[in-house]
Amino acid sequence: MRYLIPVGVLAVLVAVFWVGLHRDPREIPSPLIGKTAPAFDLPAIDGADGRMTNKDLRGHARLVNFFASWCAGCQEEHPFLMHLGREDGVEIIGMDYKDAGPDYQGWIKQRGNPYRVVLADSEGQTGIDWGVYGVPETFVVDARGTIVYKQIGAMTPEAWDKIKPFLAPVAAAAPQ
Amino acid sequence: MRSQLLWSVLFAALTLVGLAGNVRAAETPLSADQETRYRGLLSTLRCLVCQNETLQDSDAPLAADLRAQVRMRVVRGESDADIRRYLTDRYGDFVLYNPPLQPNTWLLWGGPFLLVIAGLTVAFTFVRRSGKRAVAAKVDAEALRRLLEEEK
Repeated sequence: MRYLIPVGVLAVLVAVFWVGLHRDPREIPSPLIGKTAPAFDLPAIDGADGRMTNKDLRGHARLVNFFASWCAGCQEEHPFLMHLGREDGVEIIGMDYKDAGPDYQGWIKQRGNPYRVVLADSEGQTGIDWGVYGVPETFVVDARGTIVYKQIGAMTPEAWDKIKPFLAPVAAAAPQ
Repeated sequence: MRSQLLWSVLFAALTLVGLAGNVRAAETPLSADQETRYRGLLSTLRCLVCQNETLQDSDAPLAADLRAQVRMRVVRGESDADIRRYLTDRYGDFVLYNPPLQPNTWLLWGGPFLLVIAGLTVAFTFVRRSGKRAVAAKVDAEALRRLLEEEK
């Protein structure tokens, strides 16, 4: 019986390390989950839509995707965002983070535009207010303008499985 | 004559560029007191991109942006606590190198003391037990000698 003690200690240590080593230290939980989306007032890049503010993030759930043409993870996620935005009809607001206009134009021309609107966060101030520390990052904002989920790093089908339920209630509530 | 004019224009232009650079570097100079606070804050704040570096040491673009934020707020006269809150509201307690004492960090702060107590308990029981065994061994040796005497 006494010999079980070291075995027990070992088991606890193994469990702690197992959990610890499988966590990604780059994923820092956002304190903004469950809070109202931080204020912003940014110009739309393509001009036509004028400006957009945080108050416009109401009425239905949508994704807010911080990206940049200089970012590798954004290239990686772009085909999947195209699929979401174009085929699944998910509303994605693009936040072009610390990017130059011409770079963005080239990027969209070459790869297609998955976004409903793209806003220019040229100084990165909105990025800081939203706690962005490395693009791409994608927030799920619900119908009341509350951040309910944050995906750090590229959007993938696995990440989408976790996000889908947050957008689903809107579809369920819609009249048949 | 013409080349002289060209040179003077060039010099004037370079001087202006140099001045412009200086003006930018020196924008809102910090007083000695502000400088100390600014440096002090930076050395206790974590860069979120290269996580083992402080905002002071990191070359990441985000660190530069956050340094600018801290600097601006120091100039504006915000307190250290306000500036830290500005960052923790956005990035969470992870930006602080010195985690606050709160329910979810009790284990973090108390853990080392718990380990010391556990270690001392184990050491104490071990020493006491082996002490008893040593006494028992002495008694046995005496009993043995007596037995040997009797046999003679």
